Amino acid sequence: MTKELFSILLTAILTQNFVLAKFLGICPFLGVSKKLNTAVGMSAAVIFVMGLATAVCYPINKFLLVKNDLEYLQTIVFILVIAALVQLVEIILKKYIPALYNALGIYLPLITTNCAVLGVVILNVDNGYGFAQSMFNSIGAGVGFMLAMVMFAGVRSRLESCDIPKFMQGLPITLVAASLVSVSFLGFTGIVENIFA
Amino acid sequence: MAEKKSLTKELTKGFIAENPVLRLVLGTCPTLAVTTSVSSAIGMGVAATIVLVCSNIVISALRKVIPDKVRIPAYIVIIASFVTIVQMIVKAFVPALDAALGVYLPLIVVNCIILGRAEAFASKNPVLASAVDGVGMGIGFTAALFLMATIREVFGAGTFLAGIKDLLSVFGDFDFNGFSVPFLADNPMLIFILPPGGFFVFGILMAAANKLAESKGKPRAELRGCEACPMAQTCALNKKNEVKEEVSES
Repeated sequence: MTKELFSILLTAILTQNFVLAKFLGICPFLGVSKKLNTAVGMSAAVIFVMGLATAVCYPINKFLLVKNDLEYLQTIVFILVIAALVQLVEIILKKYIPALYNALGIYLPLITTNCAVLGVVILNVDNGYGFAQSMFNSIGAGVGFMLAMVMFAGVRSRLESCDIPKFMQGLPITLVAASLVSVSFLGFTGIVENIFA
Repeated sequence: MAEKKSLTKELTKGFIAENPVLRLVLGTCPTLAVTTSVSSAIGMGVAATIVLVCSNIVISALRKVIPDKVRIPAYIVIIASFVTIVQMIVKAFVPALDAALGVYLPLIVVNCIILGRAEAFASKNPVLASAVDGVGMGIGFTAALFLMATIREVFGAGTFLAGIKDLLSVFGDFDFNGFSVPFLADNPMLIFILPPGGFFVFGILMAAANKLAESKGKPRAELRGCEACPMAQTCALNKKNEVKEEVSES
């Protein structure tokens, strides 16, 4: 069981990285990765919301939707739960844990419509994961997101001092750089199977 | 007459001048994810277009009813409903497409093109114009996906339109199931259909689109992360003073 959980965690972080292999959460990946500290803040908020969203959506799906044969409502229910949850968390943090709010608060509204969060919840259901597996998958996805963001922020800070041909400046070179970071993650292919073989 | 002219303009602006993918930089996630084969790209384009047109019509029709403060959740509910309908139709009639798109089919809900058009266009314009805008933007999205998937599939798999048979099975039984590209079919450049190829091809297409735009005297496309984001108004990142504080602290 522990073996399986860690295999899920590592798969989500390395081989099936949410950003670089599954293309979920590309907007924040390209938009908020200019500076290292915003990249860290944003991805910490993503880890937090992914974990929370899974913890809330799993029981809702299992005890409300599946029990009443309402699986077809999953998409609507999940997106609304996530949107409401993010708002709620924002309000609670602002009132009771201002330090955490100052660190993560500004990124929270951005996350509501982030496809990575909805994506991880839907993937958990599609894969038929139990609660522990879902949580490990979500946290793994979040940590993988953070890893990709932090690495990419480093690459981008290098790009700023480069002499880039005019037609490649801006978004095109950013995407090509992302492609190279993604190549490096291809190197992890098979690593999880071998570790847990 | 003037009405007719502007409607044509609403329709065609989405094709090139305001192409959602290559000019407005919206919906990057599905663009990168489903363009490994042309048939799934077409499927995604059509599914997103249907959702876009329907949600644009409904949102535009309800634009005077929906209170301003809760408009985003209301839009999300409307969009999610149409996505669910499309999801059920695809599952029932084109199961192969459902398998090919996987999680990206329900994720049309958070496709920024749809919420973005709802916020930027449908909430301010009459029903007909919104529907036309949806059709135009949908076609532009599909065209961009098609272009990118063509490059990736031809180089990465050596085929073109492979698996189109499953997509067309709704309309009847076709014998045609795509072409095989000589030489490349035997020696495909696998990297093109792997994730890095997606980023790379998108980057090159973006550079080409920018070059074209500049030669016509138009501004380059930039990731307008916040401007295009439907959450822009409620988002604290947009409140300039707070961002400044953040920066000065760090």
